[in-house]
Amino acid sequence: MDLLNALVAFLNFVVIPAASYGAQLAVGALGVTLIFGILRFSNFAWGDTMAFGTMAVILLTWLFQSLGISIAPLPTALLALPFAILITSALLLGTDRVVYRFYRKQKAKPIILVIVSAGVMFVMNGLVRIIIGTQEQNFADGGRFLISAGDFKAWTGLAEGLAIKGTTAVTLVTALLTMAALFWFLQKTRTGKSMRAFSDNEDLALLSGINPDRVVQVTWVIAAALAVIAGTLYGLDKSFRPFIYFSLLLPIFAAAVVGGLGSPMGAVAGGFVVAFSEIIVTYAWKKVITYVVPQSWAPDSLMQLLSTDYKFAVSFSILIIVLLFMPNGLFNKGK
Amino acid sequence: MNTRAIYLFAGVGILYVLTGVLLSWNVSLNILILGLLSAIMALGVNMQWGYAGLFSTGIVGSIALGGLAVVFVSGNPVPEAFAAGGWQAISGLAVAVAGIAAAVAAWTYMPPGRARNLAVAVILISGFFLYRGIFDPAVERIEAFDPATHGNVGGFGLNSIWAWPVGGVFAAVAAWAIGKIALGLREDYLAIATLGIAEIVITAIKSEDWMSRGVKNLVGLPRPWPVPYEVDMQADPGFLAFCANWGLNPTTTSTLAVKGIYIVMFAIVLGLLIWLLQRALNSPWGRMMRAIRDNEVSAAAMGKDVKRQHLIIFILGSAVVGMSGAMYVSMLGQLVPGEYTPLRFTFLIWIMVIVGGSGNNWGSVLGGLLVGWLWLIVDNAGPLIMGAVTAGMADGALKSHLVDVAPQLRLLTLGVALLLVLRFSPRGLLPEK
Repeated sequence: MDLLNALVAFLNFVVIPAASYGAQLAVGALGVTLIFGILRFSNFAWGDTMAFGTMAVILLTWLFQSLGISIAPLPTALLALPFAILITSALLLGTDRVVYRFYRKQKAKPIILVIVSAGVMFVMNGLVRIIIGTQEQNFADGGRFLISAGDFKAWTGLAEGLAIKGTTAVTLVTALLTMAALFWFLQKTRTGKSMRAFSDNEDLALLSGINPDRVVQVTWVIAAALAVIAGTLYGLDKSFRPFIYFSLLLPIFAAAVVGGLGSPMGAVAGGFVVAFSEIIVTYAWKKVITYVVPQSWAPDSLMQLLSTDYKFAVSFSILIIVLLFMPNGLFNKGK
Repeated sequence: MNTRAIYLFAGVGILYVLTGVLLSWNVSLNILILGLLSAIMALGVNMQWGYAGLFSTGIVGSIALGGLAVVFVSGNPVPEAFAAGGWQAISGLAVAVAGIAAAVAAWTYMPPGRARNLAVAVILISGFFLYRGIFDPAVERIEAFDPATHGNVGGFGLNSIWAWPVGGVFAAVAAWAIGKIALGLREDYLAIATLGIAEIVITAIKSEDWMSRGVKNLVGLPRPWPVPYEVDMQADPGFLAFCANWGLNPTTTSTLAVKGIYIVMFAIVLGLLIWLLQRALNSPWGRMMRAIRDNEVSAAAMGKDVKRQHLIIFILGSAVVGMSGAMYVSMLGQLVPGEYTPLRFTFLIWIMVIVGGSGNNWGSVLGGLLVGWLWLIVDNAGPLIMGAVTAGMADGALKSHLVDVAPQLRLLTLGVALLLVLRFSPRGLLPEK
């Protein structure tokens, strides 16, 4: 019984939160990795792109709510997603046209593009703060729990509860559908194949008649979709505050680098690697261990490797270890 | 300096004078103090970027470490807390450093293979638990002492001007460690890695209450020599007689005088730095640095140790930035960890460097003064301007929202300014010769 309790506590406090956080990071990292693969720079504006997309979703959610449109028990935000993706695509395509294209034609060094993206970051950050303000916004509506801890305890008679929040289920399903759609697109469609070709070898792709402008535009549209989805899932699950999205850059970059920048499969795996390590290292294991070991061995301390404040240190350490020892990422076979 | 520079500096001077005349001299001098500090930070960043082409996004980490130095050098001593766990905490940290050093040594000197991986892993994991075993109880005891006012180990209680060089040293040591790890990487990986290390430094300052009381803020740090306190000046009969003689208001005069002293001190530091940097730039060393920046491969072919030179300039630049961070905290008299955000203290400094002119020291100073003014004037004038703009609107949610978000306009403005400069004048307002 105690072992079962330990397992339930482990699932409830480690596996489920990590899976949902990992899914959010994975979708975010897919965007970073796509931009890196096609446009060949690390986009520092990514966190703020996500914030912008989420802001669009929040505003549309409020609009739908005021019109009385709802898709309960699902959150209204899901209904707002496609429209927010359109808005964000327009923003990213506009940014590309006004800002990035010039440097691409010049064949500027990647580092210049990184600095340019920092400028874009300022602009987007300013836009978000001006439009929606800096306060926290909570926009999750719809069903709170798929399974609540109390119900679970009543059903099973265990001391530990297993709760699955509605937003967790929404995150996992949406992220899975997004990834499936993206991989289908990259593997099976003509445009997707030309994108992969462009990412592998730009010159060869150009020689075989691929239109680079079209590839770049499609990339931005997909990136917009990924940014909006990742940002919305994160915001539904936690809450929306503009500056939090900036600090998501680090775990997302870590996820993309762990998988090997430019590799979509790697980005997904990287997202889960980062999320699980973060939560395993910062989780207080006392409860789980107390169930497993004999009573007299029960630990006094929290059995926490690092306090949760340091979760960024975990993604950073993973990043550094991968950069130093496997610079091409865990899943890239030597390029 | 050429005529263009003189005109531009005069223009920036006029901005400060206008602020003084139209708003208040207090605000103007305040902005000038922070502008001078920003100029020093920008000089440090310019050393890394302009001289060597290193893009670091960890500036805020160096600034915060400099601020931490003030806490240790000039914070009030708390002997009880130190006696409770000071030495034990220090030995805990020493164990951590020794563990990492041992792991690095094992990695360097053992032949590659499974034995090496295992040894490094064992050293790191056992070192971590040993460190936590020694360190945690010590911290608990330190933080238990009078947590309402202390809860930190305390400092040496020295004059905070001593903290300035120490702040530089703190930042330099951190830069050495991160440089050793990250400088061999591709340039945008360096950017990502430094972003991470800065985030960790800030987290540590926020959550390690035993050092700096974390987010509870450590207040009451002494002012650097020779800056007096306004209340002391106002009690000084000589000063009062002087004011009466000239028909001045003692309160305003003393606040302006204190600001004036800070301005002179910071200007002296800035002047010294520029003099040193200009000499360095025109020396054989400066030529070599530019050669490395412009073409690493050919510089390496000429026998220059590129990685080593990058490390040196990275450390020096961070030290300058760290010193300015210490100057900032010693002037504020308190360490407010919540203030250290990457936007304000990393990317804003970058905008200063690039708008001013990468590679040109005078450009960085100009950028610091100009962008610093733009950034801070919005705090004071933004709500006024937005109030004027929205004066004709009916009171309501939209109007109050617009007035509330007025300070955020600066993000947008500065972002656009950076993009415009990068696009149309990538060498900045004062280009490198």
